Amino acid sequence: MSSRERVLGRVRRALADVPKDDTPYEQVVPRDYLREHGERSVEETVNLLAENLADYRALVHRTTTDELPYLIMRLLAERGPQYVLVPPWLPPEWMSAADPTRVHDRAVSTPHELDKVDSVVTGCAVAIAETGTIVLDGSPDQGRRRITLVPDHHICVVRVPEQVVSSVPQALERLDPARPLTWISGPSATSDIELDRVEGVHGPRTLEVVLVSDQPSADVNS
Amino acid sequence: MSGTFVGMPAFPKAAHEAVGNQTLRGNLRHATHTIRAKRAKAVAEVSDWAALREAGKRIKDHTLRHLDRYLEQLEESVTAAGGTVHWAADAEEANRIVAQLVKETGESEVVKVKSMATQEIGLNEALEAEGIRAYETDLAELIVQLGKDRPSHILVPAIHRNRGEIRDIFEREMSEWGRPAPEGLTDTPAELAEAARLHLREKFLRAKVGISGANFMVAETGTLVVVESEGNGRMCLTLPETLISVVGIEKIVPTWRDLEVFLQTLPRSSTAERMNPYTSMWTGTTDGDGPQTFHLVLLDNGRTDTLADEVGRQALRCIRCSACLNVCPVYERAGGHAYGSVYPGPIGAILSPQLRGTASEIDASLPYASSLCGACYEVCPVAIDIPEVLVHLRERVVEGGQVVREGNKVVLQPAKGHAAERTAMRAARWAFTHPGALRTGQRLASRTRRLHPRTLPGPGRAWSDSRDLPAVPAEPFRDWWQRTNGGKGGAK
Ligand code: SF4
Repeated sequence: MSSRERVLGRVRRALADVPKDDTPYEQVVPRDYLREHGERSVEETVNLLAENLADYRALVHRTTTDELPYLIMRLLAERGPQYVLVPPWLPPEWMSAADPTRVHDRAVSTPHELDKVDSVVTGCAVAIAETGTIVLDGSPDQGRRRITLVPDHHICVVRVPEQVVSSVPQALERLDPARPLTWISGPSATSDIELDRVEGVHGPRTLEVVLVSDQPSADVNS
Repeated sequence: MSGTFVGMPAFPKAAHEAVGNQTLRGNLRHATHTIRAKRAKAVAEVSDWAALREAGKRIKDHTLRHLDRYLEQLEESVTAAGGTVHWAADAEEANRIVAQLVKETGESEVVKVKSMATQEIGLNEALEAEGIRAYETDLAELIVQLGKDRPSHILVPAIHRNRGEIRDIFEREMSEWGRPAPEGLTDTPAELAEAARLHLREKFLRAKVGISGANFMVAETGTLVVVESEGNGRMCLTLPETLISVVGIEKIVPTWRDLEVFLQTLPRSSTAERMNPYTSMWTGTTDGDGPQTFHLVLLDNGRTDTLADEVGRQALRCIRCSACLNVCPVYERAGGHAYGSVYPGPIGAILSPQLRGTASEIDASLPYASSLCGACYEVCPVAIDIPEVLVHLRERVVEGGQVVREGNKVVLQPAKGHAAERTAMRAARWAFTHPGALRTGQRLASRTRRLHPRTLPGPGRAWSDSRDLPAVPAEPFRDWWQRTNGGKGGAK
């Protein structure tokens, strides 16, 4: 007997006492929890995202589409990297004013090579206001998972309000499980030493999130 | 289940030793109280907590009830997405499969993400016997591994170590394993974390094989989910060429949508955050991104035996959040090591004796490692009635009865007159008489809980018969606990 059959056989015998029940799954689980917590206008949702991102120590900036290249230029200049990683199809205008040399992650690049690059600029798939989370799904404006992992400085651009949802349930609805997904809520952190939170262990220690909209925002705080 | 800590004394003895260790107690009290308060705040933020908890319970119960079907569906989805599925009936088989898979890559070292399942089966030791070195990459696991120590908390395995001890371990041991600790390392947490970052980075960058567990597996899509904080998980799941995930069969959820429940309840229950810093989800392999070879090892190792127990099977709903540890007055005083297993605290007290059986002294004593105060049930995000299972297992130890071991029905003899009963008695006495605060807390709570045996079944009965419950006003345990500052203020 294969182990597969052994385990499945044990499961079936273990459940022998359970009365047969063919209730469809949708009826088994009460989904009476909330789809989102509280009612908010679109603007309030975006503000909540900014607030929660900042609460988990991401640096949040707001700008307009026109100003975006200059903001990215400034953020990179402040950090001063020689090279910046970009995914295959980052909108070219985003980087049009930036100084550092752009490098692409090629399939043959080794992690050691990526480790020499300090900054990375990407888009995102969706951002969740209630939890202050951005989700990457490996689309061409985000690239392979490793490019947002090895560099120490990640600039992530979120288009607001289109890419912003309120809640975790709404985010899952928008995401494709077939893609590799990375949910990011602030820079990496550990509380392993006396439960003291320390930001920055293995992922990027600096996470900058740029909320970009077509309209100038009421409270540009960048 | 292997992974019983060899030579482990039974709970009461180990607990006594731990209670006498002032450093350990100080560390534990600080840690559990901090996280307990934070959790309460994080949970209070979501008004629909009760509904999420109920949904989580139902999802898990339904999955367990149809586990065979969902296992087959999961296997199909993972295979269709480019992964290979292996089945392991016990620890030994799982270890053999993993060692073989690593050998096939020609590598002799692997990087690991913190995983309870691989600790449970003693994978690191098994790999070492095959000449394969496994590097733990979670900061706490690193501290444990470098300190040649054992984990003592599900979420914060090095909770028993304070910063000074960690500094000493890093300074002494890091050079043995790779990059040495920086010169003049101090004991500030930021510096210690930086030392770990540098030490582990060279391992991540050259690793060819990663080993992980998973928090969830989605049957419908074949997606695996790892929830973490530090980024070491992302490193292990992304950079290597081969990924091997060892996951207990109970970690399945039926549908993608089900994640909306657990991704809300797990972070708030465990680290008391709205969301943990990183969550990785992958479905088989993705061309040109991440490991190109993916193996999933489905682990039984006592889980189907647990499933056969009508009362005890609810323990398989556990999502390993560790909230029950942080509220447990017994855990707080005894520490994680006293439980003699990788699963400490209230969940360990009901899980280990089921996964491993109650043949050993330590496992027979575990169902007594509790005051039945019910705080664990209150905080559990999947509503496992831990006290109910504890009482059930106590009866089992004392009265014997039919159980399933390794898939076969066996009849347990009552423990009467045996070492197990004496152990159990000692454990009961310890749990009920030790600190005054604990005794009071348990009595108060037992008046307010749905399940409140006035006398204890089994060996506890002799004891509880002879004590009257004090005439105190009814007050929920948690209120009392808060009001009296964890019992320190004395109950009024
Ligand atoms: S038993 Fe419940 S509270 Fe304890 S770790 Fe498991 S899920 Fe969390």
